[in-house]
Amino acid sequence: MMQRMFPPLIVLAMIFFVCAPVFIAWAPYESTMGLVQKIFYFHLPSWAAMFVAAIVCGIASVVFLFKGRVIADRIAVASAELAVVFGLIGLVSGPLWARKAWGVWWQWDARLTMALVLWMIFVAYLLLREYGGPGSEKLAAGVALFGMANVPFVYWSVNVWRTVHPTTNVVPTLVPGMRGALWWSLIGFLLLYALAMMARVRLEEQRATLERVYRELDD
Amino acid sequence: MKRFFAVAFLIMRKDLRVETRSLELFLTTLFFAVSSVLVFAFGFVRNGRPVENAVAGILWIAIAFAGTLALGRTFERERYHDVLRSLLLAPVDRPAIYVGKLLGILTLLAAVEVVVVPLIALLFQAPLFRHPVLLFLLLLLGTLGFTAVGTLFGAMLVRARSRDVLLPVLLYPITIPVIIAGVRGTAVLLQPEMDLAIVRAWIGMLAFFDVVFITLSLWTFEPVMTE
Repeated sequence: MMQRMFPPLIVLAMIFFVCAPVFIAWAPYESTMGLVQKIFYFHLPSWAAMFVAAIVCGIASVVFLFKGRVIADRIAVASAELAVVFGLIGLVSGPLWARKAWGVWWQWDARLTMALVLWMIFVAYLLLREYGGPGSEKLAAGVALFGMANVPFVYWSVNVWRTVHPTTNVVPTLVPGMRGALWWSLIGFLLLYALAMMARVRLEEQRATLERVYRELDD
Repeated sequence: MKRFFAVAFLIMRKDLRVETRSLELFLTTLFFAVSSVLVFAFGFVRNGRPVENAVAGILWIAIAFAGTLALGRTFERERYHDVLRSLLLAPVDRPAIYVGKLLGILTLLAAVEVVVVPLIALLFQAPLFRHPVLLFLLLLLGTLGFTAVGTLFGAMLVRARSRDVLLPVLLYPITIPVIIAGVRGTAVLLQPEMDLAIVRAWIGMLAFFDVVFITLSLWTFEPVMTE
């Protein structure tokens, strides 16, 4: 199923990718921040993709942990890697905006700290898988579960604690031109995540097949 | 349920008996905590006076460092004698083993804190004991949250390679909410006019994270420890 859906989805993703700059350029300028506000169309979707990846990784890890399904583990590792990548995009684009809007690259406030912590959890997940030796998939699944438990805290930390980061209420108050561009970018990023995950799962499957063939040759 | 706690209690007693006979972990962890306090003293003391609000941070970093060391050493000892495998073979609830180990490490860290906390109060002229009950709650809930995750990870890393470096790498990002709440709560306690509502909020947050962490640990201990 995944393989058949891949080509049309990639075409769709290309359409999103090609049109996104146009929509972002068309979107009205924000009155106080001007051009730098456009990072927002990159920043929010990348964190959204990061959160989706984190949650998928957590759910897949639970399935792997309790049901032992290998496919779940492959989805988990693919999502964890993508969570790190999208998180890195968010961590780079955020300070670029903050330098202009707040005057500093980084603020140790609740939301930024929690987002950084969440990103570090998934880096730790990958480190464990890479250097933990045989059997570390299962241990990493346990880590991913704790990582997923962190996601709601990041989302709500901004509303519960005092923070300088724009709150989640900002999105519904956007002017229509901005909202369209934002949704377009958001769907594009989520599509990119889905495609990259499918490709990564397939790579993992083929790696396992190759391993099996090698072993059979040896016997 | 009664059996569950009986098993947990037995495992805790076993750990504490091994510990009281050698005092290896207690003395090394304690001395490590004191040594790290010494390092902070050089970093955070200017002209003989500690930097404002540094004490809360020093206290919790010392606890986190000492806790990591104790967790690593506890499970290293188990690995050396293959005790954990034997425990897992025993016909008892796996979560009971987890609770037993958790209680053992918690007692050990409590013993370390009994020495380290007054020492920090003394060395940095900090009025830590002005609100003893609140301080006790912060320390108890904070240490519990930290060791709840630490015990699970320490136990599961027994089988992994490069476990000594992976334990802090995994433990610190995940327990950072606990450390934040502990440091912030303690910092409020140290202010001349303490705001009880804020301390309560941090204690509530610690309790909340403790519940989440312990529930998740109890839930995952069994599948994670099954080979």
